[in-house]
Amino acid sequence: MTRNSGIRPPRPLIAAAVVSACLALIPLFYLIVRVASAGPEKILSSLLRARTWETTLTSVSLMVVVVVGCLIIAIPAAALLTRTNLPGRRLWLTALALPLAIPSYVAAYAWLAQFPAMSGFWAAALILIAVSYPYVLLPVAAALRTTDPAIEEVARSLGRSPFAAFQNNNSPQAMPAAAAGSLLVGLYVLSDFGAVSLFRVDAFTRVIFASYRASFDRTSAAVLASILVILALILVFAERKVRGKSLQYRSASGTQRMAVLTQLTTRGRLLGWGFVTTVIAIAIVVPVASLLIRLVEGSRRQLDVMELFQATVSSAGAAAGGAVIAVALALPIGLLTARYRSKWSTGTESAAFAGHALPGVVIGLSLVFLTINAIPVLYQTLFTLAFAYAVLFLPKSIGATRTSVAAVPPILEHTARTLGRNPFSAWTNTTLRLAWPGIAAGGLLVLLTAMKELPATLMLRPTGFDTLATELWSRTEIAAYGAAAPYALALIALAAVPAFALSLAMSKGQPEQMEDQQAPTQLDTVST
Amino acid sequence: MTNVQVKGLTAGYGGPPILKDLNLSVDSGEFVAVLGSSGSGKTTLLRVLAGFLIPTKGTVAFGDHQVSGPGVWVPPEKRRVGIVPQEGALFPHLDVQKNVGFGLDKSPASKDRITEVLTMVGMNDFAEARPQELSGGQQQRVALARALAPRPDVLLLDEPFSALDAGLRTTLRTEVRELLTALGTTSILVTHDQEEALSIADKVAVMRNGQLVQMSEPSALYQDPTDIETARFVGDSVELSATYTGGDSVHTSLGSLRIRGDIPANTEAVTAVLRPEQLVMVDPRPVGGSLAPGGLGKVHGITYHGHDSLVHVTLTSGESIAVRVPGESTVSLGENVRVIPTGPASVYAN
Repeated sequence: MTRNSGIRPPRPLIAAAVVSACLALIPLFYLIVRVASAGPEKILSSLLRARTWETTLTSVSLMVVVVVGCLIIAIPAAALLTRTNLPGRRLWLTALALPLAIPSYVAAYAWLAQFPAMSGFWAAALILIAVSYPYVLLPVAAALRTTDPAIEEVARSLGRSPFAAFQNNNSPQAMPAAAAGSLLVGLYVLSDFGAVSLFRVDAFTRVIFASYRASFDRTSAAVLASILVILALILVFAERKVRGKSLQYRSASGTQRMAVLTQLTTRGRLLGWGFVTTVIAIAIVVPVASLLIRLVEGSRRQLDVMELFQATVSSAGAAAGGAVIAVALALPIGLLTARYRSKWSTGTESAAFAGHALPGVVIGLSLVFLTINAIPVLYQTLFTLAFAYAVLFLPKSIGATRTSVAAVPPILEHTARTLGRNPFSAWTNTTLRLAWPGIAAGGLLVLLTAMKELPATLMLRPTGFDTLATELWSRTEIAAYGAAAPYALALIALAAVPAFALSLAMSKGQPEQMEDQQAPTQLDTVST
Repeated sequence: MTNVQVKGLTAGYGGPPILKDLNLSVDSGEFVAVLGSSGSGKTTLLRVLAGFLIPTKGTVAFGDHQVSGPGVWVPPEKRRVGIVPQEGALFPHLDVQKNVGFGLDKSPASKDRITEVLTMVGMNDFAEARPQELSGGQQQRVALARALAPRPDVLLLDEPFSALDAGLRTTLRTEVRELLTALGTTSILVTHDQEEALSIADKVAVMRNGQLVQMSEPSALYQDPTDIETARFVGDSVELSATYTGGDSVHTSLGSLRIRGDIPANTEAVTAVLRPEQLVMVDPRPVGGSLAPGGLGKVHGITYHGHDSLVHVTLTSGESIAVRVPGESTVSLGENVRVIPTGPASVYAN
């Protein structure tokens, strides 16, 4: 028994989990309060303004274009790399996953540095496709790889043509994977701040940030943020539903043979290579080359090492605070969901996962409102910034906690009780002691991810507090591309670790792994 | 020395109760096996005794101390119970001696106690080994030492041998039994394996649907089960339809059988139950014209078990019965035989 099925969880644990979930809901709650307090007339006039609808249209169009672009790249690439004998498949797939480690604003900066004339909707769409197609590619490739060829063989033996058999067999698995991936990409685009801002596209995040800056029309910023949250919530729920469905199609057990590979002709091989190298050139080679050129150019001038070091330390400090709060909030919720199946566990978990639907810009805005109006002491403090990170990345920490705790059999804790330990001592000496490495690893992942967060950091940081992301941002804004390069490279290096964890989880394609890893990580880059 | 008294126990996990008004009495120093199929509630009973689950009704007392009852619930750490979980459940992050010392304080006397119990279970050479380095049987020995180290009043064993292979299971079973008898610890073992229950315990308690249906010494349980379901559960059974013929005998297709125990209330149509080893097969030809005992039948199947074989015979009455013979079967398929009962039968109302 891994769960104490049907047993009521202890009251202190329920209380702690409810408190955690409530804390995680503060930004959403205060956003609603802020909008409601504006009164129906002001809300209505904000809603009816042409700009509101232009912004919505821009964001939704950008989302649709990017999702379609990702599907056009990812589905052929996935089929090519899992179902044909294209030489070097494994290496290509690894290379194609690399954009996960490039935050969108870093990619946008790299392209801008090389082509300063780039601007507008299509430029932003190109960059967003280039950084987010792995969210579709990896799950689809995993689904195609784990498809049992026996089903395809049976279909052929029942008289289907090879193509019909492929479709019949792979659609039920690959389609939900592609759909879930598309929804993640949609969420990424909606929440993206860096790329749309650098290319001056008036999507939600940029307009919200601008009206916050202008500070004379904060009601309209709050109304826009609410529309953004509603759209994001729809995507989050749709993604959870679709993902749940895709798991149903997995065969339960037994080792599966590898799928039979289509033999490519020489021409097919060349076409295949041409396709993947083009994608890699756009998604990786251009931005990385641009960064390196900038770095070499910039090094002719004096690189302020102290400043880079200072920014790294600041990023790490604030992010570490966020990680500690995230782990503390995640512990009761993760414990409750791993050990007890009850309305409390599902309720608190869902509440905490609402963080998925809150882009960094929205959390930033809401906490700015809250601290200015209710707790001015906390306005622009490190604590508020760390708290924002904690709420943004709480799902990641909950996932890690739940998996680690679920891996410890409850009988160990029970046995410790019979050996004379009180409940707390029994818990710390068995469950917590054994789950701790996994929980800490989850915290580390939060830390690394929070270090590259941009919009909430811009809005909440104390005056004069600079992180790697904000340093890159301020240099890019004044077109000091050379000076920005070291920060961009440092950010890519930081992003590599969470990106590796994410790609590992997605390409293993294991249901539990997907459940625990993919969901918590889906907003990694979104918040940047 | 501590006896265990369970009265009117009702417990469950929020849904319909798993244990229903259960009563159980274990004498001080006694070794009782609780035998039940999966879903019978035996594990739930163990959880209630250990204090992992709070019952909805009833009382549990260890000796003079009530540990569970109306308004009373003693937490596991205050019950002085030891538990040997399935597959040991050793703490994976602690070595053998730390596992065993987990329930002891940090005094020097504890060190001696660790050595003492590890020697008892024959694991003193492995004091510094990690649980991962031990075989399944060794892990169980350490789990037993860990449970015994704080000198518990009551020892609970949750299918401790089920994950072991057959040979090891028998050896370890015997050793544990001898050790616990020598220590005189009141012990309750939960199992679904009737052979294990019969061979290890002073008394066997049979559980079904959350209730205790019979508690007897192993031989009494096997020879005179309280009802026909229990008869089927604790071993192979031979069932014959029978009619009561007065006195202490019934008539069946194997002739007249003596009744063991009570005469059933409904004497019209009853079922007589024998064990396969109570039957012998002889040459079917009549001997000297006198009225031959038993009944005639034909062999329709033979199941070979190594140490014995079960010969399945269809009687002329149409009833199918099993006869146990030592070693290999002496008869062959299709052969006609005469089956003669030896010893009394248990009789149940239909």
